[in-house]
Amino acid sequence: MEQPLTSLETGTLAVISRLEGGHRFQNKMRVLGIREQKTIRLVAKHPFDGPVVVDVEGREMTIGRRMAGHIITAVPE
Amino acid sequence: MKKIVLMGNPNVGKSVVFSRLTGANVITSNYPGTTVDFSKGKMCLGKEGHEIIDAPGTYSLEPSNKAEEVALDMFGQADLVIDVADATNLERNLYLTLQLLEQKKPVILALNMWDEARHTGIGIDLRKLENELHIPVVPTVALSGEGFSDLVHRLDEARSPVEIEPMTESERWIKIGEIIGNVQQVTHRHHTLWDWISEASIRPLTGVPIALGAIFAALWLVIFIGETLITYIFDPLFVLYTPIVMAISTWLGRGLLHALLIGQLIDGQIDYIQSMGLLTTGIYVPFAMVLPYIIAFYSVLAVFEDTGYLPRLATLSDTLFHRFGMHGFGIIPVFLGFGCNVPGVLAARSLETKKQRFIAATLIAISVPCMAKNAMVFGILGSFGLVYVILVFTTLFLVFVSSGLILNRLIKGDSPEICLEIPPYRKPDPLTVLKKTWMRIRWFLKEAIPFVFFGVLIINLLYAVGFVDWLGGIFAPVIQGWFGLPQEATTALLIGFLRKDLAVGMLLPLAMSPLQLVIATTLLTIYFPCVGTFAVMFRELGIRDMIKATAFMACTAFLVGGAMRLVLLGI
Repeated sequence: MEQPLTSLETGTLAVISRLEGGHRFQNKMRVLGIREQKTIRLVAKHPFDGPVVVDVEGREMTIGRRMAGHIITAVPE
Repeated sequence: MKKIVLMGNPNVGKSVVFSRLTGANVITSNYPGTTVDFSKGKMCLGKEGHEIIDAPGTYSLEPSNKAEEVALDMFGQADLVIDVADATNLERNLYLTLQLLEQKKPVILALNMWDEARHTGIGIDLRKLENELHIPVVPTVALSGEGFSDLVHRLDEARSPVEIEPMTESERWIKIGEIIGNVQQVTHRHHTLWDWISEASIRPLTGVPIALGAIFAALWLVIFIGETLITYIFDPLFVLYTPIVMAISTWLGRGLLHALLIGQLIDGQIDYIQSMGLLTTGIYVPFAMVLPYIIAFYSVLAVFEDTGYLPRLATLSDTLFHRFGMHGFGIIPVFLGFGCNVPGVLAARSLETKKQRFIAATLIAISVPCMAKNAMVFGILGSFGLVYVILVFTTLFLVFVSSGLILNRLIKGDSPEICLEIPPYRKPDPLTVLKKTWMRIRWFLKEAIPFVFFGVLIINLLYAVGFVDWLGGIFAPVIQGWFGLPQEATTALLIGFLRKDLAVGMLLPLAMSPLQLVIATTLLTIYFPCVGTFAVMFRELGIRDMIKATAFMACTAFLVGGAMRLVLLGI
């Protein structure tokens, strides 16, 4: 089932199925390594709508909550 | 002369490569966005001299902040490009590499952090990568210098391959996928203790206590190192120096030269803070009071920067900093501002929008006291009791928070969200830490000493012509009536534009109560930036925003000063 990164539980592994949002945003995510078909792990979700921390191929990244909402993931069965 | 430009993603080690190639020292750290401006250096190759340019890091040739615009600008001027890539993260780095190759400039690829790639189980077939990209590929370890003779020898092999045609974004990713599949092999790696620490320090529940602990430890260390240096090195040195100045004082006798070099004797003795002579206060303030804390602060900061902790701190403070119209990265300029406001304001370049940069620069100028001034506050106010020092910092913290909240509402524009790469923790290299600290100390000495001398000179001059009394009289209603300070404090505020540390020193002879000193030293931070900060803000923000920022500061100083008089003095 597809769901935005923000609704994953902390610690979950998922596969990025697609990116939403503007072209510039998508491009920025991809050059940071957040791309379709990559496995992504949600390391932390900060409270009060704070940023989320993800791990893609051993690299950690902090991204804002709204941005993270545009990253659509699928959790493998 | 050929222009060779270093291009690459943020935090891949371009500046370390630059230092290696040119022998010139530049500040390097373990977080993306250390370099926000270009540096130029020279390198000789055979008979030919080359100009090497270190550009800020960028993920692509489409800039998203001011620092990346500088990088693009430098690329435009390049005759040859050294593309520095992070070998532990090749796939992502290749995006910029392909874009560079499409631009038809000769490129050579330096695969930096080669040792780290090996340790983390990443294998890259160099021959195959050269065949794929059609350019020379050299593995390097910039920190140790491994691979550099190779890099230099192969510079003239750099080429702009005809085989690489301009591509669309998705074509580029497909190409990168092919290349990676062909050249890279990754062995699975188990989680290490560092991975565990890394995650604990970025999760809210464990990260916040760690952050508070780290900041507290840093603060304690700065004060401890500073005090130790003063007690065991600098004060003993001045005990040896005193007989020499006393001899000069006797030899000069009374007169203008004595007033200028030695200043006033207090009870027949030299008082290093109050005498106000070039050879007394002019030497003592920068060397014995400020320098020890500068050394302490910058060595602690260097360790912080090189471990890679700062981006984690930025993540933890993101939610708070959003309320101030910035995002978490804003804490990095603020941190640097505690050393000196100038690099702090410059570091704001890594923020994406004008609004964010304006707020960051204004908040630093208004409420972040630099180490030179802090040293004087510890030295002078600290002797009355720690509670007074804490009062100053608490007030400034409240000013920071409320100004941030207000500016966020007042200033139009976007505040985009944070998007920050978290580098792995690395063990700081002692030599790099020492070098970096030394560079910053040298910079302090070069910038501060002339201004302190100039300040001392101006003070003597202003007193001599009676300007001080005249000015004091004009500002008496505000200074005396509104702030509750003696009218002579006006001169300190005037000198504060030159050097805030010297200005704090000028407050001592005015025989104020400790609470009055608290008000005066707090206002010295808020009312106006010093000349160096003023100049850099003018350059970074432009004249209109600079006027806006100064107006905001003047209003804040007025309100806060009045409020402090009411609360602290009760009059």
